[in-house]
Order: sequence, then C-alpha cells, then structure tokens
Amino acid sequence: MNEEMISLRVKHAFAGFSLDVDLSLPGKGVTVLFGHSGSGKTTVLRCAAGLERAQQAHIALGDAVWQDTDKGIFVPTWQRSIGYVFQEASLFPHLNVRRNLAFGMKRTKAGGTLDDLFRVAEQLGINHLLDRAPDKLSGGERQRVAIARALLTRPRLLLMDEPLSALDMARKQEILPYLEQLHDRLEVPMLYVTHQIEEAAHLGDHLVLLDQGRVQASGPLAGVLARLDLPLARDQEGSVVIDATVEAHDTTWHLTHLRFPGGTIYVPQRDFAIGKSVRVRILARDVSIALSGDNPSSIQNRFACTVNDIAPADDAAQCLVGLRVGEVPLTARITHLSANQLGLAVGQQVWAQVKAVALLE
Amino acid sequence: MLPDSQDWSAVWLTLKLAATVTILLLCIGTPVAWWLARTRSRLRPVFSALVAMPLVLPPTVLGFYLLLLMGPHGPVGYLTQHLGLGLLPFSFTGLVVGSTLYSMPFVVQPVQNAIEAIGNRSLEVAATLRASPWDTFWSVIVPLARPGMLTGAILGFSHTVGEFGVVLMIGGNIPNKTQLVSVQIFNHVEAMEYAQAHWLAGGMVVFAFLVLVILYTLNPQALRK
Repeated sequence: MNEEMISLRVKHAFAGFSLDVDLSLPGKGVTVLFGHSGSGKTTVLRCAAGLERAQQAHIALGDAVWQDTDKGIFVPTWQRSIGYVFQEASLFPHLNVRRNLAFGMKRTKAGGTLDDLFRVAEQLGINHLLDRAPDKLSGGERQRVAIARALLTRPRLLLMDEPLSALDMARKQEILPYLEQLHDRLEVPMLYVTHQIEEAAHLGDHLVLLDQGRVQASGPLAGVLARLDLPLARDQEGSVVIDATVEAHDTTWHLTHLRFPGGTIYVPQRDFAIGKSVRVRILARDVSIALSGDNPSSIQNRFACTVNDIAPADDAAQCLVGLRVGEVPLTARITHLSANQLGLAVGQQVWAQVKAVALLE
Repeated sequence: MLPDSQDWSAVWLTLKLAATVTILLLCIGTPVAWWLARTRSRLRPVFSALVAMPLVLPPTVLGFYLLLLMGPHGPVGYLTQHLGLGLLPFSFTGLVVGSTLYSMPFVVQPVQNAIEAIGNRSLEVAATLRASPWDTFWSVIVPLARPGMLTGAILGFSHTVGEFGVVLMIGGNIPNKTQLVSVQIFNHVEAMEYAQAHWLAGGMVVFAFLVLVILYTLNPQALRK
C-alpha cells in the first residue's frame, strides 16, 4: 500500500465548545493528538471513526472518503476500515477472549485468519488467556486483548483513544513495549490520543497539538517539541527527542554509544544489538551551556552547537535556548542571569552539556 | 370432586394462550423496549406511559374499550371484518390481542432496563468491529439482555395465566374456546363447587410459587429493578 494522506477537516460545535481543525496527516507511522482535557482530541478521533457525526467535515483516508458534508457523504462506523481502542476496557462481557478477538475478524472480508489470531495473540502476550472471560483479566491484559482485537480486522487506520490512561504506572510499563513493537512493525497509520507527553515522546512520529478545539501545531514530533514558541517547550517538562542508533558497547566503562547525526550519546550499558534504532528524550532543564568544550567536567555528553533561538520560559527567572547540534534541535533551560553572563546571542557557537538522557526504547 | 374435562380444557387453553402471548410479547416488546431505551425523542415519556397504562388501569376499563374497538362498530372490528377475519371478541384471537396489550409492561420494562444497562460503549465497540446495527442487535444486545428477556418472558407468561378482568370483558366464558382457569374458578365458586375451585386455585398458587422460585434462582437481581 502506498502512502495515503489522512485528511481531517472538522467543524463541530456543541454545548460551549467548538472544534475547528484542518489536518493533513501522514499515512504512515504514529500521529499523536496531544492536548489537555477539553482540547477536542478525542472528538477528532471519534469523528474520524464516525462515532461522532461532525456538523461540517471532510474526512478521508487516501481515496476513501468517509465523510463529506458538502456532498452528503457519511459512511457509518461499521463500514469504515478502522481499528479503535477505547480508553477503558471495552471487551464484550459475554464472550471469552478468543471470541472477542474473532468478533471483528470474522466480520471483515479481508480480515485475519485463525493463524493471524494466534500470531497476534502471541505478539501481545495474551495467547495463554484465550479461554478466559474478560472479567478474569487484569486491566493491562484487557487492554492488550482490545488492541489485538482491533488489529485483527486488518484496518487501514488504527485509532487509539488514551489506551493507557485507565491503567496504573506498572500496567502502562507492561503495555508500552507492545505499542512500541506495533509502531516498529505496523504498516498502517495510527492516530494516538494522549495527554501524557511521555507517551507522545515514546510513540509519536508526528505530533499535533490541540488547544480548545484548535490546532496549535502539527509536524514531525522532534521539530514540534523543539519549538520554543509553544507552551509545551516552556513547561518544566519541556524536552526534545533524538532518534539514534546503537553504535558500540564500551565494556570497560559499561557504556553504550548511541550515534545520531550530531554526535555520540553515552548511556549506561544496555543489552542492545548494534544498529538498533533507539529514541532518547532530553529534558531542557537537564541541558546546561558552556562557552568552551575543553574545561574539565564530569559530564560526558557534550556537544558543540549553535544558538538558534532564545525565548522566555514559564517562570520569570528562566529562559529557553534553542540549540542546533548539526541539524538536530536541542533545548536548554537556563536562568536569564546565566544567559546574560555568558553573553548568549543567536548564531553563537557554544557547548551543550547534557546531564541526563532518558532512553525511550 | 376431581377436576372435570371442562376444567382440563380451561387449563390447556390457559397454557396455550400464555405461551402464544409470551412469544408475541418477546417479538413486539423487545423492539419497543429497544426504542424506549435508545430514543432521544421527546415522545418517549408518552410512549412509556402508554406501555405502562395496564399497570394502573383496572383491567375492566381496558377490556371495555377493547371490546368497543374490536366490536362490529369499532374501527378494529371494521378492519378485521374487511380482511375476512371476522370479529375478535369472544374468540381466542381476541384473547391473545387483549392479553398481549395487558401484559406488555411486564415484558417491556425488564427488557428495557437490561438494554439500558448495556450502555452505549458496547454498541460503539461493535460498530468499530464492522458489525452492522442489525448484526449488533443479535450478537451483542440480545445476548447481553438475555437475563432481562428471560425475566420478561416469565413475568409475561405468569401474568397472562393469572388474568381475569380483560378476559371476562372480551372473551366471555365460552367453554373450550375462551374459558380460562381464572374464569373457571369464578364459575365454580359461583356454583358453590368449592372442591373443584380448590383444585384449580391451589394449582395456581403452586404454579405462581414455582415461577417465582425459578425466577429468583435464575436471576436474583431481576425483580429488584
């Protein structure tokens, strides 16, 4: 299947809220719809699924038009090739796991076979649960069954509405690896709604920021996270992500070297194959700036970079410095006082010192 | 004195009526319950009230108006005569019509409660899994509402068995045709045949008790709603 764009043009107003978005999203990878509650992200997803009938909309996946109010087209949910995972457990209580999995599969012409059922169940670690009733499963298991059930209809578009939000931290950690796997393996595009920036950083390729029913930003994840004009960057948790590959393991010092276009990142040794793609997240507050790279320091991750941008942060004492390590954006959160003392200016060559790196994969 | 053939005929007729009415009620009552559970129409309270009317009306009132409607000068009577069905009062079909209306709330309400309890989410899930509304009705709603439908069927059946007023008004008291147990008990008491009345009345007591035991065993929550 070639790449198809996802077109979501939706105008919808109800009880004190109006949604007005015009999105053209890549037809592969994971697009995260991010926003606070009331931002309209779930409504966008429900309109894409046809669970909500938008007052004015053009919704299409490639050549398949699902809603076009100008032409009076509305394809009901059950005729759209989608997989939908709801926020909370949504398994049919009267069917066991196997029958839940088969429910959508056998209603889809091009749906999976019994072999697929076992394979997907295996991938999601639920093959030992097939004969169980839904009420005998843990929250995490139920959500994995729901994901497998959606996948087995072989949808052209996967829609996930905060699939982890009803789970506690431990359960989230249990499911995230499966979602990452999906992200790596799956050819179908996914729209993923969340209000947790960690989840977005983990899974997203493309990021859409929604605020009060309007699109604040839409673009490749790393680029949007690094934009200093957005509240996301100004926040205490503001961060960037960098995609890298495992380059080498240093067994003497127990470090793993991760190569990215701007240099090498050192992290405590992990059992990764050479060449594996990994993603790291670096919080702006963990990045400091030095004028030269040769002063002795305990910090190993140091990169020569250029100042690209300076902007205020969300508290009066601090500012954000947008840096470029080669082409790769990095954000530092430092005090205005430091910026002033260092005499930082756009275009200046400086060194970024990274105190902490979170490995996301 | 043991029950005579006329008594047995009344028992048989009663069971036949109750079974017919129960099947009809499940076929008619389920869509009605579905509509009442799902609709956002402003007419919903009106239809809810109409369905619940037999709960509060004296059966004789319902029977009286049915008799007029289905009689030779009533609109339903004209229709049935035109269709070559003849007149419904004092026939088994008339009893079926009357009893179905009269027992309707006993089926609709438990089924409606059960459908409302299923909620919207299961239906949305079914739609995202390619199930058409019709398919969803059979594969999700009916199985999940089954306890409510069972309760409704049992209540509808037993209520039809025990009904008296409507039957007397539109069915009369024709042996082998419209003479039901409840009416036959009345006849025996009128004729001072207490022994025969006891057989039938005692049988009804045992029957009602067994029905409730079965109901509570199968579905302990059913009657609390």
